[in-house]
Amino acid sequence: MRDKIHIGYGQGFWGDSILGPVRLVNEGPIDYLALDYLAEVTMSIMQKLKSRNPDAGYATDFVRMLDRTLDQIADRGVKVIANAGGVNPEACLNAVLELAKKKGIKGLKVGIVAGDDILARVPDLVAAGHLMKNMDDGRPLSDVQDRLLSANAYIGAFSVAECLAAGAQIVICGRVTDPALVGGPMAYEFGWQPTDYDKLAASTVAGHIGECGAQCTGGNYTRWRDVEDFVRIGYPVIEGTPDGTFTVTKHAGTGGLLTRDTVISQLLYEMGDPNNYLGPDCAADFTSAKIEEVGTDRVQVSGVKGSAPTDTYKVSLSYQNGYKATGQLTIAGPDAIEKAKLCADIVWGRLAFDGCEFAEGEKMVEFVGAGVTHQGILESSDPPEVVLRMGVKCADKAKVNRFGSELVPLVTSGPPGVTGFAGGRPKATDIVGYWPALLDKDQVQTRVRVEES
Amino acid sequence: MAKVKLSEFAMARSGDKGDGSNVGVFVTNTADYELIKRELTVARVQAHFKDICFGAITRYEAPNMLALNFLLRDSLGGGGSESLKTDAQGKAHGLGLLEIEVER
Repeated sequence: MRDKIHIGYGQGFWGDSILGPVRLVNEGPIDYLALDYLAEVTMSIMQKLKSRNPDAGYATDFVRMLDRTLDQIADRGVKVIANAGGVNPEACLNAVLELAKKKGIKGLKVGIVAGDDILARVPDLVAAGHLMKNMDDGRPLSDVQDRLLSANAYIGAFSVAECLAAGAQIVICGRVTDPALVGGPMAYEFGWQPTDYDKLAASTVAGHIGECGAQCTGGNYTRWRDVEDFVRIGYPVIEGTPDGTFTVTKHAGTGGLLTRDTVISQLLYEMGDPNNYLGPDCAADFTSAKIEEVGTDRVQVSGVKGSAPTDTYKVSLSYQNGYKATGQLTIAGPDAIEKAKLCADIVWGRLAFDGCEFAEGEKMVEFVGAGVTHQGILESSDPPEVVLRMGVKCADKAKVNRFGSELVPLVTSGPPGVTGFAGGRPKATDIVGYWPALLDKDQVQTRVRVEES
Repeated sequence: MAKVKLSEFAMARSGDKGDGSNVGVFVTNTADYELIKRELTVARVQAHFKDICFGAITRYEAPNMLALNFLLRDSLGGGGSESLKTDAQGKAHGLGLLEIEVER
């Protein structure tokens, strides 16, 4: 058994910079590269792409990233764990094998973890009594079942570990939890068992710290003036050990800031009850973690306590929930806010004049620059200009598009100083509703498959 | 004792949780932790975010991090992709909380 492994966390979300993983591979030692490509909304977009093209529905950014790094990854034996499979891990596997072939890399073992995608099984599951009621408000799934876009169970660390044990150097998953991308390699390397709750809880904390990439190394940090060299901000490297104790670090010579405070900042991100952080492998108590600086750019976390997980997986479903559009114009002062208010009234008035009225909850008006992110807290009464941002949402797509056509005309038919209309008419886009639910664990069987280039 | 903004001695981070947001705030010594535990009551935070948060607020304590975590329900104008607001993920709510003034 190894006494230490280094896991770089290079991708915080779908759309994060390709420089994260590329630099982690090039700028210092790592044994594993963990990459998160999914968000709740992502799965529905991927299902849509797959319905149009059976070879689509995964994170193509992942393949582009490998195009820049696969030679080094293969040479140095770096293992890669990514949830880039989206709703089509098989297609992602094929794309990676194709890339390896193109690069002349032979013997690269690429594996997938499948079984999290339960969309096609939802009717049978519901019929068998697995109701998957909305966790937040208790509504029955029948409210939205005919509009479902995606349905995925959050898979844990042991499916990732199983794929590694089957010999995969690159593990492509669908909807595994973000922490499992770190917990999987630790469980595999250190021989952890499903009842090692404290260790699994430690890996959950490690995964939570790493899961947003540079957000634990100075990104989005309150005291941003203390952060050096944002351009070359270092991505986190988790140094894991068999007893669960780990150290968060970053490669020498990289920018950013890594202190107890930057780590705590990230621990608090998207936190619910810190005493009881539920995952598929354990319930982690984040308040038990001892967090201390043990050197420059080194923060050690120890003593994490965990307990048994529940008998259910969290399931994330998404559904079509109408349409929305937002658009903006810039209103130059003097009297910017007063004129922006008039502009908004003109838009609603002209739409109503043409028989297109929106209910109060379907309309949104913001005066960006006058205090929209800090409403009621920080506001400015007479800025030199404001951005008028307006939006609507409703079930009728044509109505949403009708709104979109009434914004730009303000330039010539409103008060003076209306500008900044680049981008043209806002168009209706889908609203994806999010439906969190629980499903008995015995209803989800994951399977792994490993292929060789 | 003087009136100071939390931003002078505390740090914060926020993000989305369903149709609401979480705001984690922490300090760097135990005296300040006692202070924020005393000052940052649910009622105080609710009043501060009156134009942003329209649901209930829950407070959790994490003494190992000298932190408090607030869950703000109905603070994003709808969850998922439903919100039309600029800050649909509540990314700014942490900075907003640090505008609260306390005697220190």
